Amino acid sequence: MLLEMSHLRKEYPNGKMAVDDFNLEVGRGEFICFIGTSGSGKTTTMRMINRMLHQTSGTIKINGHDIAKMDPVKLRRSIGYVIQNIGLMPHMTIQENIELVPKLLGWSKEKRAQQAHKMIALAQLPDEMLERYPGELSGGQQQRIGVVRALAADQEIILMDEPFGALDPITRESLQDLVKHLQEDLGKTFIFVTHDMDEALSLATRVVIMSQGKQVQVDTPENILRHPANEFVTNLIGEERLIRAQPNILTVSQIMKRHPATIQPEQTLADAIDTMHERRVDTLLVTDQDQKLVGYLDIDDVSRKTDVQTPVKQLMNHEVSYVQAKALIGDSVQRLLKLGVKNIPVVNQEKQLVGIVTRTSLVDIVYDALRGAPATDEQPASPINVDIHAAANHEGSADA
Amino acid sequence: MKDLNLINQLTYYFTHNGLYVLQQFNRTFLMAIYGVLLGAIVGIPIGIWISQHRKLSPAVIGIANVIQTVPSLAMLSILMLGLGLGENTVIVTVFLYSLLPIIKNTYTGMLSVNPHVLDAGKGMGMTRWQVLTTIRIPLSLAVMIAGIRNALVVGIGITVIGSFIGAGGLGDIIIRGTNATNGGAIILAGALPTALMAIITDLVLSFVEKRLTPKTSSAR
Ligand SMILES: Nc1ncnc2c1ncn2[C@@H]1O[C@H](COP(=O)(O)OP(=O)(O)O)[C@@H](O)[C@H]1O
Ligand SMILES: [Mg+2]
Repeated sequence: MLLEMSHLRKEYPNGKMAVDDFNLEVGRGEFICFIGTSGSGKTTTMRMINRMLHQTSGTIKINGHDIAKMDPVKLRRSIGYVIQNIGLMPHMTIQENIELVPKLLGWSKEKRAQQAHKMIALAQLPDEMLERYPGELSGGQQQRIGVVRALAADQEIILMDEPFGALDPITRESLQDLVKHLQEDLGKTFIFVTHDMDEALSLATRVVIMSQGKQVQVDTPENILRHPANEFVTNLIGEERLIRAQPNILTVSQIMKRHPATIQPEQTLADAIDTMHERRVDTLLVTDQDQKLVGYLDIDDVSRKTDVQTPVKQLMNHEVSYVQAKALIGDSVQRLLKLGVKNIPVVNQEKQLVGIVTRTSLVDIVYDALRGAPATDEQPASPINVDIHAAANHEGSADA
Repeated sequence: MKDLNLINQLTYYFTHNGLYVLQQFNRTFLMAIYGVLLGAIVGIPIGIWISQHRKLSPAVIGIANVIQTVPSLAMLSILMLGLGLGENTVIVTVFLYSLLPIIKNTYTGMLSVNPHVLDAGKGMGMTRWQVLTTIRIPLSLAVMIAGIRNALVVGIGITVIGSFIGAGGLGDIIIRGTNATNGGAIILAGALPTALMAIITDLVLSFVEKRLTPKTSSAR
């Protein structure tokens, strides 16, 4: 493990228990986001990692070494550090700022300069900017420098405390792209404090949700959206965001109707017409004795003159589109809607028919997701909305 | 008519006693400079020190404040009892008076440095000393120099008064003028160079202050 934090506690001299039994193991290349209400101990936890604060009890290990036994100055030089207020030295040029830690580490002038050019390119800023002073750059440009400065000495772990909190949404997004690139393509490990849930969900490989110094939930963004641990998490995520996330976390099986009208290939047209009449449908799904989907029968395709004793297998359409029950709605919705059919059969891995998805229910989901809220909050009109509410309240279980 | 007379007299004084005036100018200037220099040597470290130990700052600044409230003539007289007549007493007085503006400005300057910049410096692995010398001091230098500038202007004033305790300098000329009948021109002959000295020092130091302010822009 690159970073291990176990039973960390921090009590401030005034008696405030800011962090209480914090445990986390971080592997190389992970992107960990700390999120929580203000005062929940995110900054305190982060600052113990580079010994800007000293824990009351508990241990932090980096590559198996207890950091309490290391020289704090050396430790800090090996960990990138970015704060919200940028913290560029106003009286140093961009180049001097980038070279700061390499210089502290005693790198040669040439090597430092080389690194500065490399870093400014990484920040996607023009090389000429190296000679400028921070005050001459926009907030977004300054923070780009802040980010690459944190890895100018090849730091593996980068700590960031609400680094983009003060930036406008568009600039923030471009910086999020930058850090995501650094994590995914350069394999850097990030501990990233944020209060922006969208930021946490889009950047993190794992999210640590904190409240009053305690970890409430530690999991991947998908799992947190799918199974919020408690009401606090649900509220923190926000119902709107949960609904918007539905297409990406709900599976087809969660919105399908079970027990669709079916018929077997050996049965006759007369049987088919009876079933259609009974179920008030105009298409039947054809399944064999193993429940496997083999085709469908549409009454409009059958000529009036056909003998009612004709077996279904001679009349049915073998070309049938279907979706897997386990598929995420978000992944299949485009394809399904494009097919232009009213209903799509749902099969399991053995291609056995398990249900049917109606076009209307899909459209409802997509519509809700785009709009961000269901039509009626109190009494969901459609069964699909019931599902969404169930997921949002985490009362329903995801049975397939 | 009388005015013209005064200017004539003044020109006469300068042409005949030019070298003497220059000598006294020099003397006054050096006493003020020495006093303030001592003040800076002692005051700047104290200012830096109390900025790192902020609990001490009220006490230290309080003492410096008390010194400042003693009228300069009284201070000169008190010190004269211990140090005797002459320039050393004046230099010590200037030193004492320069402590407050220098300590206070150093302290304020040090504390006015953006805490986030300091946090970033420490967080990136600078030692306390490196934070002090590469961030704190450069970023508060301008405020420190402003303190020295204040101290020097006050110091020149004190040096002139110092002539009363036999330290010589431009004050001597002024005192002579006050003792002479119709000595207006002689008073001016001492007062004008004094004012000039104060103004020039202030200008020079404000230039130095600007030069020492760390660049934060690449525009020249
Ligand atoms: N130096 C301090 N002394 C006392 N209490 C502090 C100090 N710093 C932070 N706290 C308290 O500790 C708690 C956690 O703070 P912090 O880690 O900054 O939270 P977050 O970053 O999640 O907003 C808060 O209640 C805060 O008031
Ligand atoms: Mg914080």
